Amino acid sequence: MSLDRDTLLDIYTRTMKVARFDEKMRSLLMSGKLATIYYTMRGQELVTSAMMAALNQDDYLVTTYRGQHDQIAKGVPLDLLIAEIAGRATGTCKGKGGSMHITHPATGVMVTTGVVGSGLPIANGLALSSQNRKDGKVTVTCFGDGATNIGAFHEAMNMAQLYKLPVIFLCQNNRYGEHTAFADHTKVDSIVTRAAAYGMKGVKVDGNDALAMYAAAREAVDRARAGEGPTLIEAMCYRMMGHFFGADFSYMPPDHIEEMKAEDPLPKLNALMLEHQFTQAELDAIVAKLEAEIEAAVEFAFNSPFPDADEILKDVFEEEIAA
Amino acid sequence: MSEAEALEAAAPRAKKPKQITMVQALNAAIDEAMAADEGVILLGEDVAAKQGGGVFKVSSGLTEKYGEHRIRATPISEQAIMGACVGAALTGMRPIAEIMLMNFVTVAMDQIVNHAAKLRFMSGGQTNVPLVIRTTTGVGVGFGGQHSDMLEAWFAHVPGLKIVTPSNAADAKGLMRSAIECNDPVIFIENILCYGLKSDDPGTDYRVPLGQAAIAREGSDVSLITYGRTVLDALEVAETLAGEGISVEVIDLRTIAPYDEATVTASVRKTGRAVVLHEAVRAYGTGAEIASRLHERLFNELKAPVQRIGGAFSAVPMASVLEQAWIPKKDEIADAIRTTMEWKR
Repeated sequence: MSLDRDTLLDIYTRTMKVARFDEKMRSLLMSGKLATIYYTMRGQELVTSAMMAALNQDDYLVTTYRGQHDQIAKGVPLDLLIAEIAGRATGTCKGKGGSMHITHPATGVMVTTGVVGSGLPIANGLALSSQNRKDGKVTVTCFGDGATNIGAFHEAMNMAQLYKLPVIFLCQNNRYGEHTAFADHTKVDSIVTRAAAYGMKGVKVDGNDALAMYAAAREAVDRARAGEGPTLIEAMCYRMMGHFFGADFSYMPPDHIEEMKAEDPLPKLNALMLEHQFTQAELDAIVAKLEAEIEAAVEFAFNSPFPDADEILKDVFEEEIAA
Repeated sequence: MSEAEALEAAAPRAKKPKQITMVQALNAAIDEAMAADEGVILLGEDVAAKQGGGVFKVSSGLTEKYGEHRIRATPISEQAIMGACVGAALTGMRPIAEIMLMNFVTVAMDQIVNHAAKLRFMSGGQTNVPLVIRTTTGVGVGFGGQHSDMLEAWFAHVPGLKIVTPSNAADAKGLMRSAIECNDPVIFIENILCYGLKSDDPGTDYRVPLGQAAIAREGSDVSLITYGRTVLDALEVAETLAGEGISVEVIDLRTIAPYDEATVTASVRKTGRAVVLHEAVRAYGTGAEIASRLHERLFNELKAPVQRIGGAFSAVPMASVLEQAWIPKKDEIADAIRTTMEWKR
C-alpha cells in the first residue's frame, strides 16, 4: 500500500496540527493560564487525521468529549475552538458548550457529546437524512472502546445496518474505558467481532499506521457513498496519558506505557514521510507554520471577551421564553 | 313537507360538519404536514403499512402515500429511534418519533434530556432540534404500572423542551401541526382513552398555537386548571356544581410547557380561587409548580389556598377497583372546589 504525496502531506499536516495543539493545551493547563476540563488525545492523533483526510468538508462528524483531535482534523478553525475551550464569547458555541460540546456545522461537526456512546444513534439520524435527501454525504462517528458496552452502541449498529445508512463507526480503541483497561471491561478480543452480530462489515486496523488507516477509511467512505451501507472500523491506538488532564493514572502500568512508546504515531509518521522523500526541513517548516497558527489562535482566545451573563436565557428555545 | 324538512331543504349548507376522532385528527395533521414538507418523517415501532400503521393506527395509510423512507418502522430500540430523530432534525428535517407508550420514553431519556433539549443551547444557537416526540399513555385501561404513567412533570423540569397534550380531536389536529412546525423539540402526549373522542373537523391546515391555554368553560367563582383527559372530568364537575350555584371556569392548558401564565393568572385574578387537576401523581407534579406560581403572584388576591388533585403516590395498579381508587375522582374534584368556596381566612 502506498499513498500519493498530497494525501500523505494532508494526513501529516492534520496530525501535527492536533499534536501541537495538544501540547499547547497541556502547557496552558500546567501553567495555570487555562483552567478547564481537558481530555488529551495523546497517542490518537493519526487515527482521526487519516479518517478525516478521506472525507469531504461537508461530510458530517459526531464525536465525543475526547474529540478535539477529531474536530481539528475535520477542520474546525483553531481560534474558534480554543476560544470555546477558554469559555469566551467568540468561541464556536459562544462559551456555552466548552471542550465537551464543540459544534461547528460549517465544517460538518454537528455534535460533540459528553455522554459515552450517545453519538452513535445521532450519527444514524444524520446519515438517514443524507439517505432520504440523496445529498451524498457520509457521517462519521468517533468513540472509544469503552463506548461499545453501552446499549446505544448496539441499538445504533443494528439500525444502521437495517437501513444501510451511509455512516462509519470509528472506534478508536485506546485500550481504556476511563480508568478501566480493555480486558477488564470486555471479554471479546476485538471490538470488530461485534460487527458480525449486526451483519455489518467490520475492519480492524493499526491506527498508528498511516497507510493502513487511510486505506481502511477510504474504503469505508467509498462504500458508504456508494450506498453499500455502514462500516465499523476498529482502529488500534493507545491513550498515552490519563483519562483527563491532571487525573491520576497510576492504574496504567508504567512499563506498558514505555513499551507502547514504540507505537507512538508521531515518530512513525515522521519516518514514513522521510521514506516518501519529504525532507526533515520541509516537515519542520510545516510544523513551525502550525505552531504560529496555534499561537495566534491562543492569543485570539485570551484576548476575547467572556460571554454576557444574559446569554443563559438565550438559545434555550428559538424565541426567548420566560420560564 | 314538514316545516323542519322545508327549512333543511332551503339551507343545505347548514348541515352538521363532519366529525373526526382524535386518531383521525392526528393522522390528518401528520398527513398534511408530510404533504407540505418532504423533511417530515415518522420513525417508530410498527408504524409502517407492513405492521398495520401503528398500534393505535395513527399512521394508517401514510406509508402508501409517502413510502418506507419517510414512514420508518424501527426495531424495538427507543434510544436508536430518538437518536436518529435528533440527528435528522439537526440537518433541518422535521422528524416525528413515535414512542408507543410514555413509560418507554424513559429508555430514551439520554437522547431527550441531554441531547434534544440542550443542543441548541450548548451549540450557542448554531443547531436546533425540530423534533416531535409522540407518545401515548393513560390510566383506566388496566395496563398497570409500566404502561400508564403521565410523566410530563419530568420533562417540564428540563429547559429546552415543550410539552403538549390535547383534550379533544380538534385541538389534537391543530397542536400537532404547530408541534411539527416548531423549531424546538416538542413532547406530544396523547391519551389512549381520548383516541375515540370526536370533534367537528376543523378543516385542513388548522393550527392551534403552542403555549396558549383555552378556556374550556367560562365561570366566575373558581378556576379549575387542567389538561388532557381530565379536562373531560373537569367539565362534568363544572356542570354538576353549576346546579349548586358554583360557577367553575375550566382552563385547558393544552401546552403544559411553556406555561400560559397570562391566561391562567387572569382567570384566577378574576375568580380568586383555583384548583389544579392532573392525572399524574400529585406529589411533585406540575400542579405544585402552578399552585406555587399562583401563590407567588396572587397571594393577596386569593380567597383560598390553591388546591391540588392528582394520582395517588404509588405505581398505577392493574385491578380495575384499584385503578379507579388511584385516579383523581370527580367527587374529589368537586370537594376541592367546595373547600376553596368555603375557605375562611
